[in-house]
Amino acid sequence: MALDQSFVGRSYPPTAPYEVGREKIREFAEAIGDANPVFTDTEAAKALGYPDVIAPPTFVFAITFKAAGQVIADPQLGLDYSRVVHGDQKFAYSRPVRAGDRLAVTSTIEAIKSLAGNDILDIRGEVHDEAGEHVVTAWTKLVARAAEEA
Amino acid sequence: MTAKVSFDEVEVGTELPPQEFPVTRATLVQYAGASGDFNPIHWNERFAREVGLPDVIAHGMFTMAEAVRVVTDWTGDPGAVVEYGVRFTKPVVVPDDDTGALIRVTAKVAAKLDDRRVRVDLTATSEGQKVLGMSRAVVRLA
Repeated sequence: MALDQSFVGRSYPPTAPYEVGREKIREFAEAIGDANPVFTDTEAAKALGYPDVIAPPTFVFAITFKAAGQVIADPQLGLDYSRVVHGDQKFAYSRPVRAGDRLAVTSTIEAIKSLAGNDILDIRGEVHDEAGEHVVTAWTKLVARAAEEA
Repeated sequence: MTAKVSFDEVEVGTELPPQEFPVTRATLVQYAGASGDFNPIHWNERFAREVGLPDVIAHGMFTMAEAVRVVTDWTGDPGAVVEYGVRFTKPVVVPDDDTGALIRVTAKVAAKLDDRRVRVDLTATSEGQKVLGMSRAVVRLA
């Protein structure tokens, strides 16, 4: 069933702040096998001009995707999540995410399209720090594949 | 903030050092824990096949994280990435053996922009299949 176009432009309330921890960044960097010391060593981060360790560029997805859960689970929208695949992902950074950040995400439905029975949903997640400054915007394209003919 | 590559030294067409990233089932379990993405298609073969996949597949976001390392290892400063986007075109299929799969990433400078930024176009393949499309990063150089 095609998604309701009237949801385009709908924004969801900002999420409660996610506090970025040094050890969570380390765990993520280890999981992707990236030994760059800027992720784990505060002195190395300071040498590059950062106040604390920074996170790998895609780290923030865990936060924005959780926020997008509000959209995905919105019963009024009626997305069939069991058929959803991740189509595209993009980030635009004002600065890298770093340890100590308290980040809130505001999710907005940017577009809804129906193509060959597939529902395509574009969600924008604006990430701000505690001071209200923009940190990063994440665009996530989800594709709900058409249900198979019975 | 301080990339080790100078904007003045690169040209359109400059190739970045390519890299290969191995991925096994153990890698995926570790990534699931670190990222919080516990979708069973990334660790449960029975479930993956039930939903029509050939086998367990890697998280798209894992592949995205690996691909940009070609850029961040080149500049030395992961915080110099200004934009990064990909399209997930094919899954990286990860067999249940000791070697798993291999993600090969190549990249080159596609455009020189203002403010000492360059656009890098990336190619990621596994088993000869392109796994990322439209894969581009904008990075600020020294």
